[in-house]
Amino acid sequence: MTIHRLTTVFAMAALLLLAVGTSGLAGKAITMKGSDTMVILGQRWAEVYMKTHKDAVIQVTGGGSGTGIAALINGSADIAQSSRSMKDKEKDEVKAKRGAAPSEIATALDGLAIYVHEKNPITRLNATQLKAIYQGDITSWKDVGGPDEEIVVYSRENNSGTYAYFKEHILKNEDFAPQVQTLPGTASIINAVSKDEWAIGYGGIGYSSGVRPLAVANEGSSEYFEPTEANVASGKYPLARPLFWYTVGEPTGEIKALVDWVLGPEGQAVVSEVGYYPLPKPKTGEAPKSDSGR
Amino acid sequence: MTRRRERPTYGLRPADRRRDRLMTYVFTVGAVGAIAAIVLIFVFVGREALPVFFSAEVHEEVTLSKMVTPLEWRANKPKTFIWQPVSEVPKYSLPPLLLGSLKATLIAILFATPFAVGAAMYSSEFAPRRAREVIKPVIEMLAGIPSVVLGFFALMVLAGWLKEAFDWKYRLNATTAGIALGIAIIPIIYTVAEEALRAVPRQYREAAQALGANPWQIARRVVLPAAAPGIFAAVALGFGRAIGETMIVLMASGNAATWSLPLTDSVRTMSATIAAEMAEVVNGSAHYHVLFFIGGLLFVLTFLINLVGEMYVGRLKRRLTGRAG
Repeated sequence: MTIHRLTTVFAMAALLLLAVGTSGLAGKAITMKGSDTMVILGQRWAEVYMKTHKDAVIQVTGGGSGTGIAALINGSADIAQSSRSMKDKEKDEVKAKRGAAPSEIATALDGLAIYVHEKNPITRLNATQLKAIYQGDITSWKDVGGPDEEIVVYSRENNSGTYAYFKEHILKNEDFAPQVQTLPGTASIINAVSKDEWAIGYGGIGYSSGVRPLAVANEGSSEYFEPTEANVASGKYPLARPLFWYTVGEPTGEIKALVDWVLGPEGQAVVSEVGYYPLPKPKTGEAPKSDSGR
Repeated sequence: MTRRRERPTYGLRPADRRRDRLMTYVFTVGAVGAIAAIVLIFVFVGREALPVFFSAEVHEEVTLSKMVTPLEWRANKPKTFIWQPVSEVPKYSLPPLLLGSLKATLIAILFATPFAVGAAMYSSEFAPRRAREVIKPVIEMLAGIPSVVLGFFALMVLAGWLKEAFDWKYRLNATTAGIALGIAIIPIIYTVAEEALRAVPRQYREAAQALGANPWQIARRVVLPAAAPGIFAAVALGFGRAIGETMIVLMASGNAATWSLPLTDSVRTMSATIAAEMAEVVNGSAHYHVLFFIGGLLFVLTFLINLVGEMYVGRLKRRLTGRAG
């Protein structure tokens, strides 16, 4: 249980009350569950959508991408919010338990930012240096061109989609060093890095206060890119990732209406407002078939 | 409920007698229910932990020996204890978690005992009646602070202060979490210790006074030794409370599962591990069963510690009331 999740519960309760209050009679609620990275985004979508669609009721909770996908599998959620692609095993389970293959819908873009304290002179790191830092090979800032200070390394807990993404893309699926400190929720990471002059952490770009995101270069590349909207949308930023929705089978009825709205101009405006990046061009409700190798 | 023996009625009216019987029944059901709940929790946790010993499926991923021996985590790196349950090759080393729990708890005990026992000595031996009536409820009110609030305080305020003061590498570490834990267990240590001190018979004090001892000598040489088992029990109960506490360590310890001795390193405790990972884990997976196994370990550990504590309290009571102990 994180504080984050408690706030989610409160927000959900508030949303429910609001929804019931405005609609008079509540229709069948749409439940969305999953990624902590996306929980604020999901809640804003639900809020704005319910203002204009009086008979819609949407409940949004966090808990982590894996939790959302598990909820989709066992039928306690209509939409799983996930900051990582589904594993093949999970797709098979959806098919087995719910009778239809899941649809993957990219709803927004996020740049996974690498954060340091705002006073840290370092402005950029490449993927190789990041891997070495998170595996304990590099322990001092002086090895990456900074002052002679020990690096304090923060990571997300191992239940988060962000953790899985980082592990896959930076560590190449190897293990984190035991010294890496883990905190629940990106907000806690940001807070810890902002209070610790020689710390490093990672998280969605939607959060940045008291900390500074670094420019990142791919392995063996000398081109560094800031996590800006243009770089994320063009895919130049090495840690750009789509934020997904998963539904059982093709979305239909109320869920389809919601998906179309989220992919449309109003939904994408909410994405910018929350601090993530809208999709490069509006897509139709058709789910792009993803390759699971990402 | 059938009662073998008709209870005495004390000349009660029939209506009152019915009410008496009804309430007896209600309380009995409540008590039996509470005991049953505890037994069932124990059974459930045990049942979910058992596959760690017996399930072939779990053994493909983790065995008891793998949990307690150093593992290889990277090519050409020395083997070490490592906790990486979400990995290509999941690794579940228990020693760092056990050590982490013990480190944080040790700091908590070292921090809390002098304060709590000192306060207990003052309020039972030296304090004027007025002062005691203020001190006791105030300290016991500390127990009412939700641990999440203490954890938040440790994370936001205490961690910063301590890092500034001592220039530690890790802002969140065993000592920071341990001090916050210490604040949480002061009330239980104080309450039990105070009870033990006050249970020392007046005759002891009077005899010492008659021999010309001053109040400090009485407290130090007579009362404290007599109440020593009770003080020990108080500390043991505090230990049991601290090792099972979750929220404070989850927030303020940094949760890094390192196998290292310094008390200013970050630690990952058993309870925080369960709290952080249980929500996410796939039911029935090896990871799930290992978490229950850790829960079972914690349960047994706190149970034993509390048992020892209670035994000492009982022995002390018997000794001081003059029955053979």
